[in-house]
Amino acid sequence: MTAELRFIDAIHAGLQASLAADDAVVVIGEDVTYGGPFGATKGLADEFGRHRVRDTPISEATVMGMVTGAALTGLRPVVEVMFVDFITLAMDQLVNHAAKLHFMSGGQLRVPLTVRVQGGVRGRFGAHHSQSLESWFTHTPGLKVVAPAFPGDAKPLLAAAIANDNPVVYLEHRGLYWDKGPLHDDPVDGAVVRRPGTDVTVVSYSKMVHSALAAADRLADSGVEAEVIDLRWLAPLDTATVLESVAKTGRAVVAHEAVARGGLGAELAATIQREVFTELVAPVERVGAAFAPVAAAAALEDAFLPGVDEIERAAGSLMAFGPPPP
Amino acid sequence: MSELDLAGRVELLERMWLIRAFEEKVSELFARGQVVGLIHLGIGSEGSAVGVCSALRSDDYVFGNHRSHAHAIAKGADVDRLMAEIAGKASGYCKGKGGSMHIAAPEVGFVTATGVVGGNVALALGAALTSVTTQDNRVSVAFFGDGAGQSGSLHESLNLAALWKLPVVFVCENNGYAEFSPLSAHTVVERLTDYASVYSIPTVTVDGGDVMEVRRAAVSAVARARAGEGPMFIEVLTHRLRGHYEGDPAAYRELSEREEWTVRDPVARFRAELEGAGVAADTIAATEAAARSRIASAAESAVAAPGPDPEEATTDVYAV
Repeated sequence: MTAELRFIDAIHAGLQASLAADDAVVVIGEDVTYGGPFGATKGLADEFGRHRVRDTPISEATVMGMVTGAALTGLRPVVEVMFVDFITLAMDQLVNHAAKLHFMSGGQLRVPLTVRVQGGVRGRFGAHHSQSLESWFTHTPGLKVVAPAFPGDAKPLLAAAIANDNPVVYLEHRGLYWDKGPLHDDPVDGAVVRRPGTDVTVVSYSKMVHSALAAADRLADSGVEAEVIDLRWLAPLDTATVLESVAKTGRAVVAHEAVARGGLGAELAATIQREVFTELVAPVERVGAAFAPVAAAAALEDAFLPGVDEIERAAGSLMAFGPPPP
Repeated sequence: MSELDLAGRVELLERMWLIRAFEEKVSELFARGQVVGLIHLGIGSEGSAVGVCSALRSDDYVFGNHRSHAHAIAKGADVDRLMAEIAGKASGYCKGKGGSMHIAAPEVGFVTATGVVGGNVALALGAALTSVTTQDNRVSVAFFGDGAGQSGSLHESLNLAALWKLPVVFVCENNGYAEFSPLSAHTVVERLTDYASVYSIPTVTVDGGDVMEVRRAAVSAVARARAGEGPMFIEVLTHRLRGHYEGDPAAYRELSEREEWTVRDPVARFRAELEGAGVAADTIAATEAAARSRIASAAESAVAAPGPDPEEATTDVYAV
């Protein structure tokens, strides 16, 4: 029986393993010696020393630039940005410097930087502590983006991010931190099919994968077999796994917690219709948040956030097209 | 790294001439359409670049800005590859992907430059953090202008460098103009060293027209940083003899001001100083001639060199 760990502890274990394996790895961020608000870095300063686990002032712009400069000169920093909403302050350094320096230097420079950042809706935190901003990162050439959905993937994906010679944004959904699951050492390249199905493909990532799986359970009760794909990596995007599935099912729903407009779902919908147009029996459906900031009040947050109902409805609506399930 | 003997000072003059000749050649190529893009020249600030970089080891780090041809050459960058980069050629340092504002010559410690005002300062802190973590005893320098003085990132960086005692030297080249506006339009603070003093960083203001004065300040700052005593802030009063970028007629500046600074030209001043110290006029003249010849050759090669293959537009996006 494999030991089960909470998601947040899997991240901790990943940091611990990387710090132990490579002296170039350093962990930097606000309150990381204390453990941060959720405990991901707890105890690491005592174990590895305060020269490798460092607290910073609340200076996101300079901290992102500093870790980029450290990555350019031989370190392999893991920086924690406490909430993805605060990464706005660090976007110049992340987008203009970390992401572009390999290219702008004609390949002379490398930026092996991991940006750990948590976000998403959970806890009625309001519009400055609840966003899903992954499309900003996936729209930026030079950045890699990963968004684990399960504790078992959290550790190997973090190790892969840290070992990568590019800047990688590692997106954590706060709502997953307390989920438990078994750890594994399987490969974590690309997307993975979480549930096989024949009638409709639901493509998702991060916390929304769990809503997709719950929706698939409900759909199965009404005789519709949904195939659920967990992308894991948002950049580079494993379109092959997605297209293979959609070519089989002929129907696709792309679901994410981020605002639907201009989101990753739009990119995937465009790719699907272009690449497997003749296999489609229905238009590609998108499920995403409303085009609005996240409100704090419970009723408003709930109204903003898509979930199991919306995915079930979207997938169900596609069944009206094409031949019915046998 | 103490006082230089006469031969050492002649070497500084050679380096200053190399920069002056380089910048004048870039200006000429731009006027002829053989260099295009957004080109910011640092003619008039050679004393700052050479004075500071002469205090560094070859493995120390320098981070430049949008106006950094001089800093790269002062740190030892190859003028052929630099000219080719500015001319957008495949033989340039960055294969033509960087251009004038994004020079990277990491092999000589000129790590990178930035087109975002103030964007390089935090990068220099990062290199200094690497040095502290790996104990490699290197020092990092960030060159920035007075226009970066009002950026939030600079103030965050000053605070953090002081807090962590990072081996970094902040070099603020105060040429009195942020883009098209005088400094007084951007801040009521008259001495930019005040910004650093607030964070308990020792400061000095030096005359950028005097390369040896700049050098003495840099030697002291670098020694302090290398000894683990933390950062220092050097304000270099300098001037750009050209507009903000090539093509800018600089109509916002008074002619009399330009004339005054032409007299304070760091190259002419140092040349006169060395003559006064007994260096033969022929020797002095030879430094200029050698520099101009070297740069003419670099320009000729750069102009003749082939441009990058269009397929390179999408390579090097990710490191593999």
